[in-house]
Amino acid sequence: MAATTYKGLLMKKYISKSPWILHYDGSSCNGCDIEVLACLTPLFDVERFGAVNTGNPKHADVLLVTGGINAQNLPVVRQLYEQMPNPKLVIAIGACACTGGIFKDCYNILGGAEEAVPVDYFVPGCAARPEAIIDGVVKALGAFK
Amino acid sequence: MGKRTVMPFGPQHPVLPEPIHLDLVLEDEIVKEAVPSIGFVHRGLEKLVEKKDFMEYVYVAERICGICSFMHGMGYCMAVEQVMGIEVPKRAVFLRTVWAELSRVHSHLLWMGLMADAIGFESLFMHSWRLREYVLDMFDMTTGGRVIFSACKIGGVRRDIDAEKMKRFLDALGKVEDGLHEIAGTFAADHSISHRLTGLGVLTKAEAEDLGALGPVARASGIGFDARTHGYAAYGDLKVNVQTEQSGDCMARASVRIRELYEAIRLIRLCAEIMPDGPTETKVTGNPNGESFARLEQPRGEVLYYVKGGGGKFLERMRCRTPTFANLPALLEMLKGAELADVPVLILTIDPCISCTER
Repeated sequence: MAATTYKGLLMKKYISKSPWILHYDGSSCNGCDIEVLACLTPLFDVERFGAVNTGNPKHADVLLVTGGINAQNLPVVRQLYEQMPNPKLVIAIGACACTGGIFKDCYNILGGAEEAVPVDYFVPGCAARPEAIIDGVVKALGAFK
Repeated sequence: MGKRTVMPFGPQHPVLPEPIHLDLVLEDEIVKEAVPSIGFVHRGLEKLVEKKDFMEYVYVAERICGICSFMHGMGYCMAVEQVMGIEVPKRAVFLRTVWAELSRVHSHLLWMGLMADAIGFESLFMHSWRLREYVLDMFDMTTGGRVIFSACKIGGVRRDIDAEKMKRFLDALGKVEDGLHEIAGTFAADHSISHRLTGLGVLTKAEAEDLGALGPVARASGIGFDARTHGYAAYGDLKVNVQTEQSGDCMARASVRIRELYEAIRLIRLCAEIMPDGPTETKVTGNPNGESFARLEQPRGEVLYYVKGGGGKFLERMRCRTPTFANLPALLEMLKGAELADVPVLILTIDPCISCTER
């Protein structure tokens, strides 16, 4: 059995019971953003897993990035990541945040969320469905050793 | 003159699903000036037309914005069809209209939820979004996608709605209407909502005309402009009742949108009733050569598509003018003199779509 890291212990024991989620729209088309928001609403209701949506990076445990990275939002994403306390998870939601997606060839897109911050998990899809987003977050939280 | 403070608002802010940055120049609590800076979502989609061929570009056009995605695809297709002289089958035109109006229902419900959230009415936000899920299920049932479904293509549509599915579709629409009565009633009659919205952010008719406001923002100020009355797609066969209000405040904009929800539901029913049978697509041959415009009414206002082809597989130029960009000057005017606490409400009152604005 692999040794348990301190980050893993915190994640598993405390944060996975009630992850606080911060969402930032990189340069997405809104498709994934409204699906992230849909996760919070009665049909999908992530609050049953204890997840709470927060607007404050200093309260957040999980950063969901949608959309690709461009020169103007790169410092913003980096700053949000740095303001989040450790341990933290970054999940890229949707094809654009994974690789740049359909906008990869655009002159103003540097690439996926990995251009700005280290990404732990990727949720594919265009737009990523709420089921996929919830699955990604739950798996990411459960995978820590 | 009091001491002036500059307060940054955004790009990441709890009330904004999308990034926009405003520098608010404050005198105590009062906003004296708002200086926007945009570009956080700029991708450069118009240039991408040189790298994706004109058939493939429909997918990109749909991803200009994920909320009114279908109408973007439809506008682009209409412009290219005009260049190529393609006659779209009547049934396809009606199906496009059904999905376009359903997109309007989806978008206005989404706006209602976000607005309720901005004024701190969390349960109304949840109810609006719960109702919106029925609309997304209707999209899912007829096209296979929830928010971006690529049902539109040059020359027609990809999917047909057969009689049995249309019946289920209309049943679901009835459910949406029932739920809407409840939510719209709360929105119109609740004391705290009207206290928050009435008299806030007044835009007079003259100001709206000068600043070039569009869509519900213009209609709430008494300008009865709606691109659907020009009769594109199937709107020539349907009579659209343009919803207007005179007072030009946030409450008027809310009530215009609520009435448009009912109007959209009525139009969908009418479309389903008079929809002719027939094919849903025509074969497209050749490449676009020439230039053309298409105008259509999105939930946020009029969008304009311009395409220019040179006879090759790739278009030479595509230009898209979106409604939020036209409504930003009106927003800056509304923000002047407002209290800091009302800024989120005022931003949401124009129903901003930043990814449309910046493309």
